[in-house]
Amino acid sequence: MKSQPIIQLEGLTKTYDLGEVQVHALRGLNITIDPGSYVAIMGASGSGKSTLLNILGCLDRPTGGRYWLGGDDVSTLEDDALSIIRGQRLGFIFQSYNLIDQLTVVENIHVPLFYQGRDLEQCWDQCVQLAGLVGLGDRLDHRPKQLSGGQQQRVAIARSLVNDPLLILADEPTGNLDSQTGREVLEVLGRLNAAGKTIVLVTHGEEVAARAHRVIRMKDGLVDRDELNRKSVAAAAHVATAHADAAAAR
Amino acid sequence: MKPIIPIAFVRIVQLGVKSLLLHKMRSALTMLGIIFGVCSVIAMLAIGEGASHEAQEAIKKLGSSNVIIRSVKRTPENNSAGQSKRSFVAEYGLTYRDAARLQATIPGIRRVLPLRIMRDDVRFSTISHPCQIIGTHPLYPEINGLDLLAGRFLTETDETYQNNICAITLSLAESLFTGQNPLEQEVKIGPNYFRVVGIVRERGTEQKRPQSGATEGQTIDANVYIPLSSARSRFGDVIFRRSAGSFEAEKVELHQLTLQFENPDSVETAVPLIQRALERFHTLKDYELVVPLELLRQAERTKRIFNVVLGSIAAISLLVGGIGIMNIMLATVTERTREIGIRRALGAKKQDITTQFLVETVVLSVGGGLIGVLVGVTAPLLVEQIAGMKTIITWWSVVIAFGISALVGVVFGLYPARRAAGLDPIEALRHT
Repeated sequence: MKSQPIIQLEGLTKTYDLGEVQVHALRGLNITIDPGSYVAIMGASGSGKSTLLNILGCLDRPTGGRYWLGGDDVSTLEDDALSIIRGQRLGFIFQSYNLIDQLTVVENIHVPLFYQGRDLEQCWDQCVQLAGLVGLGDRLDHRPKQLSGGQQQRVAIARSLVNDPLLILADEPTGNLDSQTGREVLEVLGRLNAAGKTIVLVTHGEEVAARAHRVIRMKDGLVDRDELNRKSVAAAAHVATAHADAAAAR
Repeated sequence: MKPIIPIAFVRIVQLGVKSLLLHKMRSALTMLGIIFGVCSVIAMLAIGEGASHEAQEAIKKLGSSNVIIRSVKRTPENNSAGQSKRSFVAEYGLTYRDAARLQATIPGIRRVLPLRIMRDDVRFSTISHPCQIIGTHPLYPEINGLDLLAGRFLTETDETYQNNICAITLSLAESLFTGQNPLEQEVKIGPNYFRVVGIVRERGTEQKRPQSGATEGQTIDANVYIPLSSARSRFGDVIFRRSAGSFEAEKVELHQLTLQFENPDSVETAVPLIQRALERFHTLKDYELVVPLELLRQAERTKRIFNVVLGSIAAISLLVGGIGIMNIMLATVTERTREIGIRRALGAKKQDITTQFLVETVVLSVGGGLIGVLVGVTAPLLVEQIAGMKTIITWWSVVIAFGISALVGVVFGLYPARRAAGLDPIEALRHT
């Protein structure tokens, strides 16, 4: 079964015009990511991975080339259209959680739906369910400041799922966490991928990248290496089988 | 993609209120500017309105369909042109013939009320009081505004038979007849006795002075009203006055004529006609024309200027309040840059961000406006109580003040809101 790729990049370039100097952050990327993938993007500072993430996240537009997201060319969309794409097709997880301080856990999870014109009352159950999924079912009324880093990041994960996105983009999701909570968060991500979510993760940590099925290493605005991570694929298959077994048993 | 529906709007307002409540002190202080602005607009206009109302009432009392002509004594310099200087009797002023002529020739005139005003002492037994003796017609109370307190006023019969009767004002009655009923008593004016038949009270006396120079030191409240015919036959047309040891005599037939017109519209056309008719017989212009309608218009013009001045002062304070709001909102935008970035990343369009911040400012300014209206409506009442000034709160000043406050919210909120929406989401997310 070969389905349509979630992401397809064709000769993607990004150039920052700084007046006298032109910085070529991306110099013709060709990447395809299939549904259900778990991809880690790695690279040193200045390798262009942040730029790539911004473009993948529809926060920025490429200078040249094409970007198909879920079959639609989004490389030339207007600002408003990009906002809609972000709201409907993408889930973001940030290094610094980026929750809104004055909102409660449930309200934070609800934010992406708010901008699709859906009331909190309408989707209360859905938001509560997601909070339960990340283990915060008993903290619905807490504010971000009352939660630990790991808990905050789990709220962010719940939020990234609320709009049922095509793709979850995670930018150093464990960067601000200690190794224990970091592992917990990565496990949540692993389970989501096992349940069929496509995840693209940007990281510096080899340990983090090791959990992905595919690692794309970038250098000077180009793909340096793009390889499958056999170990984790096998592990994932194992987990998936276990899940299927568990489902069957139920 | 769904358009912003009213429920979503309610949500946005709730969100705005919530963010404002997060910084209660700051929001309250920001609102204060608007509160003062709105309050001062309403209060200032109320005070201005009250002040001009009193002036206008006084003028209205003269009657907007009336024209008042007064005799004016010309100074000798002016006099020398045509007047014989040998006569020591200064002859000037309106005549009975003027009255008859005007009544006959000016279209639209309903009634003419002549007045003859003299000063003399009024005596009762041993008490003497300086008074203004007014010879007039029975129409006087109706045209000039006079309340009858007891007895009756002059009648046509009194006029016809030149009866020696009089009506006196309440304050005069009080000083002459302490502890007695003045009715049916006789007072002595000059050599003549007049029977008191009525007690009256003037409503607003300011405009009834016969000649501004002649009333110095006199009380206007002490008036004696006698039939015009009696005044003419008992006192004659020549008035002697003792001043600084020498005599001064004036021959004046009538001191004042009040022409009452059918309606205020005919006043305007009649005024030039009256002037022409009088000019022909009074080469010296020994009279002056008072047109209350014109005074009223003038008062209205003054009031308008007054309102504009007070209004602008108040509007400036609203403006300052608005700038205060803008200042705070700009600070808020900077402070919440990251939140804006998050919301943008999660699907908020520029328009959504603009709306969010605009709603916050409008909530601030409208909230401040509402409180300002409350305070502004109460403040004039306090002023009335404490300073004893009359104030009138007009509904339009409330509407304008509130409207401007809401407008200030939109105008001064727009820039910070657009600035918030215009932030680059990537930069905003990176903001710490």
